[in-house]
Amino acid sequence: MNNLQSLSYYYPELLLTVVILAVIIYDLFLKSKDSGKVGWLLVFGLVAVSIAIYVQDDGITTTLFTDAIVLDPFSSFFKMVIVLATILVSIFSLYNDELNDYRKGEYFTLLGIVTFGLFLMVSSIDLVMVYLSIEIVSIMSFVLAGYLKQSTRSNEAALKYVVYGAFSSGIMLFGLSYVYGLTGSTNFFQIQQALSSSDQGASTAIIISVIMILAGFGYKVSAVPFHFWTPDVYEGSPTSITAYLSVAPKAGALAMMIRFFNQVLADGGAMAGLGGVSTTDLPWANIISLIALVTMTVGNVVAIQQDNVKRMLAYSSIAHAGYMLLAMPVMSGDGIYAIMLYVFMYLFMNLGAFFVVITIKNKTQGESFDDYKGLGWEMPLVGGVMTLFMVSLTGLPPTAGFIGKFYIFASLINGGESFYWLVVAGGLNSVISLYYYLRVVKVMYFEGERKETILFPSRVITGMLVFTAIPTLILGIYWVPVADWIENSLVFFIQTI
Amino acid sequence: MEHILSLLIWLPVMGMVAIAFIPREKEDLIRTSAAVTTGTQFLVTLLLWSAFDSQDGSMQFKEWAEWIPSFNIAYHLGVDGLSLPMVILTGMLFFIGVFVSWNIKKAVKGYFALFLLLNTGVMGVFLSLDFFLFYIFWEVMLLPMYFLIGMWGGPQREYAAIKFFLYTLFGSVLMLVGILGLYFYCGKTFDILELTRVAPEALGGILWWGMSAIKVIWVLLFIGFAIKVPVFPFHTWLPLAHVEAPTAISVLLAGILLKLGVYGIIRVNYGLMPDGVYWFSTALALLGLINVVWGGLCALAQKDLKKLVAYSSVNHMGYSLIGMAAVVAAGEAHGLNMKAAQAGLGGAVFQMFNHGTISAMLFILVGVIYERAHHREIEGFGGLATQMPIYTGITAVAFFAGLGLPGLSGFISEAMCFIGAFPVYKGIVIASTIGILLNAAYFLWAFQRIFFGELNEKYSDLPEINRMELFTVVPLLIITLFLGIYPAPYLDIISSTMDSIINHVVSFATFASM
Repeated sequence: MNNLQSLSYYYPELLLTVVILAVIIYDLFLKSKDSGKVGWLLVFGLVAVSIAIYVQDDGITTTLFTDAIVLDPFSSFFKMVIVLATILVSIFSLYNDELNDYRKGEYFTLLGIVTFGLFLMVSSIDLVMVYLSIEIVSIMSFVLAGYLKQSTRSNEAALKYVVYGAFSSGIMLFGLSYVYGLTGSTNFFQIQQALSSSDQGASTAIIISVIMILAGFGYKVSAVPFHFWTPDVYEGSPTSITAYLSVAPKAGALAMMIRFFNQVLADGGAMAGLGGVSTTDLPWANIISLIALVTMTVGNVVAIQQDNVKRMLAYSSIAHAGYMLLAMPVMSGDGIYAIMLYVFMYLFMNLGAFFVVITIKNKTQGESFDDYKGLGWEMPLVGGVMTLFMVSLTGLPPTAGFIGKFYIFASLINGGESFYWLVVAGGLNSVISLYYYLRVVKVMYFEGERKETILFPSRVITGMLVFTAIPTLILGIYWVPVADWIENSLVFFIQTI
Repeated sequence: MEHILSLLIWLPVMGMVAIAFIPREKEDLIRTSAAVTTGTQFLVTLLLWSAFDSQDGSMQFKEWAEWIPSFNIAYHLGVDGLSLPMVILTGMLFFIGVFVSWNIKKAVKGYFALFLLLNTGVMGVFLSLDFFLFYIFWEVMLLPMYFLIGMWGGPQREYAAIKFFLYTLFGSVLMLVGILGLYFYCGKTFDILELTRVAPEALGGILWWGMSAIKVIWVLLFIGFAIKVPVFPFHTWLPLAHVEAPTAISVLLAGILLKLGVYGIIRVNYGLMPDGVYWFSTALALLGLINVVWGGLCALAQKDLKKLVAYSSVNHMGYSLIGMAAVVAAGEAHGLNMKAAQAGLGGAVFQMFNHGTISAMLFILVGVIYERAHHREIEGFGGLATQMPIYTGITAVAFFAGLGLPGLSGFISEAMCFIGAFPVYKGIVIASTIGILLNAAYFLWAFQRIFFGELNEKYSDLPEINRMELFTVVPLLIITLFLGIYPAPYLDIISSTMDSIINHVVSFATFASM
């Protein structure tokens, strides 16, 4: 579809752009102390965007802007997840005391632009768009990570993020250029065609270039060995941004990875539920299995040793990236379905856990385990929901986290015998993770003085915590609506050449 | 009567919600609500018993509702002769447990809320016929248990709680892998009745990692259940958890939670993989022997009375395992000895119930003395017989029941296990009599040290067992005596179901499919 025609299919993004511009302009008219109001503008704008996505999502599959991006239910699903994450994070940013000393206009503008970049990420089908969208997301995230100008840790986080980001995207770009050189095209479907019709499928050059491209994806989902930036950046950034980074870019990168591996390196049959056929003889299923295995194990084992809850959650988010990647190599509709479901469940439980961290930091100015002592008695609501989030992150029923893991494991068992050991490994990792997640619960309830006074956080914070806690519990018991939605969203644009 | 099983499961949750709305200062109201909830539940279990048709060996009072159609998950409940006694035991022990924990001072509201949640989990496991539902209830028990041990337990409670949790989760994760394997191999269903019908055929000939899928899934599920039983070498969490847990929780842990393991093996492993029973039965009997001897030796070495009782559980569950293994006696290889199989499996299931009442009694009695003396060192007492005659008398009966004295219920079930297993596993049965000897030794020796000899001066004003405590222990004592003299009511309930389980196992007695 040409550029002009495409615009009529692009209204959610156009609306988002208008919202971003409105945020910038509105900020000019506000005094510094009132600048939080732009946050609400962004929130309402994003709600409108989500309605636009909902209206648009009726099974259309088409390419836009002369084959640069696509519009299909799969991308709409991820856009919805990303908008939801941005809305929740924006509201919580307004109640994050760390940000009180700073003007908030730029903060919310950047958050809006990251969202826009993520929209592009989940819909790119062209190597150039892949790279561009990753860069849009990364560069905005660098600034957001360093938003606390006065905090050296925040500055350190931003710098580390830049260095790692530049390095891995450089490697990725190099890999992409190889692919272009070998196949003569930047379009996913033409590359797939070129790879399957020639004997280049298994050439060393392709293997090397795919591994290089994996560096870029791995960096975004924070998979081992591209995860080294994660703990420091997560610890140093404003907590609301950490929460955002742990969910939205991960979801975007996973969507992009699914598209890339299933449409470039396989014939896309997976999406039709047919079980994809690998275009190339690359052992990429094994490579990703290995990465997933190492990622969850490293994340979980290192998380045990942390004394800072925020840093512990950073490692836990690495481990969760590992769980999600587990289902990637199955190359079936099941596997993709499981990843999508997991992302949705993870959104609530992980954001919820970070929101509790913000709430506690507002109160005690600290993030270490010691700051959580006796909290369960002093703030029963916060303690209760935190327990729920920890249980859910461990993956115990009846919580959303269990359902996510259940679907991942089921897709692996259904995928065949060669994946069984991944299920066992994933299960044992859950056992390891139990130890550090429950440590939070232990500190909250079993340690510290039991105070008689009961504190409740402010009304909006309470509302937000409950808003993330309810799906975490309810989706663990009844998730049919979500499952149906994902089933309908499991439709990809596939071009036959 | 249509939804009686749902009522049993969800009644405690209603109680929990009610307690959540009671202000935390009104502690007596909270305790009373818990007592009313569990009391009602107990009455409903008795009602269920009266309506239960013991001639029918299949599932009764079935409930079925669609839940997650895309994964073929349903809300499916039912009760048969295997689960009914456990359901009654659950109702009774939770009711008693409320009174045992009447003196809990710390965070009463939280305690009873979690107590009732645990009740729902246990009831749910015994009643669910959908594997997914079963697994959810199985896991729902863990978190309340973690809190109940970790918050209201003894000095090492945090370590005990996390150890319990990690062990059980390890087992349940392996169980989940097995469940998913069954689901995909047997035509995508979680329905236990459907699986019982389909699985034995469907699993035949399938390979998993080069081994027979039956064997792999059997072992995966067995480990999950064995940790709960606990079977040696997975038993190390048990003494710690028992010792650190508050009395009521020890009672429930020993009385009901350990039974879940045996129940699971019979319901799932025996039902879904009957040919695996033949492959594994010798190992099962051997593990039973190790449990009996090892548990007995460890109990003999304990200085802490509660730990002694905890190890006696390991010892007692060993008899159950030996009895279960006797099912193979009904197979052709052992001359179709149906009587032996009935005795063995019936004994194993009877032992579950008897150990439930006896160990509950023992833990309550340990709690009584701990409440007064604030320690449990066996050597620290002496001569209590003169000081607390009633307590001594009751403890004597409980100890004798524990060591399997004829006339008390424990004797009958242990004898049945041995009678059943003897034709098949002569050597193992003979060897396990050492366990009986040890069993007698540790109970009698402990009894002698605590109650006879010189009265320790410190305890010259130790008060006698009070009415509330008597109320918790006497019913159990009566059951033990009654079933020891006249076990027929119990055996009536289970016999049809036992026969159908044995016939099911025997009808698939083919090594060919593995």
